[in-house]
Amino acid sequence: MSDTTEALSAIPQFAADELEAPPLSLRQLAWRRFRRHKMALFGAVMLALLFVYCFGGALWVSEDYANYTDTKARLQAPSVSHPFGTDTVGRDILARTIYGGQISLIIGLTAMLVELVIGVLIGALSGYYGGWLDSILMRFTEAVFVIPQLFLLIVMAKFFGGKVPNLTLLGRTFSGSVVVVILIIGATSWVYLARIVRAEFISLKEREFILAARAIGTPARQIIFGHILPNSIAPIIVSATLSVAAAILSESYISFLGMGVQAPTATWGNMLEGAMNYIEEAPWFWIFPGTLIVLTVLSINFLGDGLRDALDPRSRVV
Amino acid sequence: MERPLLLDVADLQTRFHTPEGTVYAVNGISYRLHEGETLAMVGESGCGKSVSMMSILGLIPIPPGEIVSGTARYRDRDLLRMSEEELEQVRGKEIAMIFQDPMTSLNPVLTVGKQITEMLQKHMGMKPAEAADRAVQLLEWVGIPDARRRLADYPHQFSGGMRQRVMIAMQLACTPSILIADEPTTALDVTIQAQIMDLVIRLREEVGMAMIWITHNLGVVAGLAERVMVMYAGFIVEEANVDDLFQDPRHPYTIALLAALPRVDRRRDRRLKSIPGAPPSLLVKPRGCPFAPRCEFVIARCQSEMPPLELIAPRHKIACWVDVLRGGSR
Repeated sequence: MSDTTEALSAIPQFAADELEAPPLSLRQLAWRRFRRHKMALFGAVMLALLFVYCFGGALWVSEDYANYTDTKARLQAPSVSHPFGTDTVGRDILARTIYGGQISLIIGLTAMLVELVIGVLIGALSGYYGGWLDSILMRFTEAVFVIPQLFLLIVMAKFFGGKVPNLTLLGRTFSGSVVVVILIIGATSWVYLARIVRAEFISLKEREFILAARAIGTPARQIIFGHILPNSIAPIIVSATLSVAAAILSESYISFLGMGVQAPTATWGNMLEGAMNYIEEAPWFWIFPGTLIVLTVLSINFLGDGLRDALDPRSRVV
Repeated sequence: MERPLLLDVADLQTRFHTPEGTVYAVNGISYRLHEGETLAMVGESGCGKSVSMMSILGLIPIPPGEIVSGTARYRDRDLLRMSEEELEQVRGKEIAMIFQDPMTSLNPVLTVGKQITEMLQKHMGMKPAEAADRAVQLLEWVGIPDARRRLADYPHQFSGGMRQRVMIAMQLACTPSILIADEPTTALDVTIQAQIMDLVIRLREEVGMAMIWITHNLGVVAGLAERVMVMYAGFIVEEANVDDLFQDPRHPYTIALLAALPRVDRRRDRRLKSIPGAPPSLLVKPRGCPFAPRCEFVIARCQSEMPPLELIAPRHKIACWVDVLRGGSR
């Protein structure tokens, strides 16, 4: 008996605090998983550089310079004075990729916000209330869903094009066509998000903590936005990230078809439109905006992938 | 000494319309709760205990649920006829409910502080800072150390017992007049169960609230309740003061339940009795007494007619055709 006591006293005693490392918060866990995803890190860094390029570059070249036409310098190959060459009317492609990038990124981000508002609202109401409201909203969602997005985009661009006046914001004038493009991309791309959010809500509303929240008299609006929405934030973030890339691509489509953002406002998409007839003669004309679109979309998709892994509560790799 | 009536539930019937058919979950139960009284509701899993409580608070999903009939008068207002907005004012503020599993009844992505202060702000109209101070008091009151710092913690940083304490603090924040406890200790281990029971008993004295304690643990009932209702297949089959129920059970189901209970004051070498058969499917519309197929006192009348819940002694009701003391019909 006394042997055991002696043996026990030989073991060093620790208080619980000394043995345990402080628990990691959910954010720290997510950051750990994200860091392991090398491509996502690459995407994040790349994206940061692209932002610096588009918004930092504007400190060196002015928008007027980007839109300045010099007919004496048409279709010049890259040189010291025009590092990316010039286009059909002699505008500097470097300056245009900078300002075009701003518009493309702004369209990507704001269209995503529009999509987020519509998609989350429809998905949340539909999933939470169910019943006839769900039926109506989901039939509407399906109706939008079955029409090809590109077709909808073209029809809406044609219909609303030129009807929105120019907009002055933060000391810059945005062509009305930018606003139209943002709204129509947002209005045609929310269906996936609405379905994701609806599915999340349907499963979460049955959870016991929601019952408990109702049992203390929490009103429905607070339950929807204060209790269920924060629980479904992970898939929403992932989906929103990926939809920024999709919106940038959509903008390129319709601008390439000449129905998106109108010149002289540059976007990466409408720069490609002008390049179509000079694919072999003047490759610099499409290589630079094209590469930038590819890089941006790729980086965002990698980032979205990494976020999915990092935020998915089921992936317990640390 | 009769205390003022607080809650008067009469003929409550709740059904669920499922793809498999209609589930007859609660089949016309009636009971009364007086101020400061503790009522226990006992029965096996799926006998309608929780559903009957959730029905009166409007927490049953409709559809598939349907409250077919009944009234639930709380201070002269019928809870079953209230709008959702009116019910929101009652829930948490007047009638609070704690649930079985503390691991799942707190929102995992909101801090504990947020969850408590939110309800203080809604029901008591407190400012955020004021609500935070009150939340600290509440957490200390239910025995959570270092409460101010823990407000910023998420539920996963608390143990099961601590979470149930947080739930209790939340439910009692607005000093409700009725606390419904739906098996709040079932998911906890025995020592924590005892702590939580002690806590609830202490808080009951301090707040002076009435309580309905749902459980399938008769041992818990003995130490806690004044009156007991025994439920079987959506019916109340016996209702009595706790001492009468344990010493003089009159319904065959209660008798069988007590015989199946291990007791420290009984000989250990005797085997516990089990009740033969299984509880009836609630998918079948009840005809006759639902306990008849498992009952050792069964008579012909039991098969065709459901006995009403009748007074057989002062404050002692049973729903049975048989007099178990003499045998044969009453």
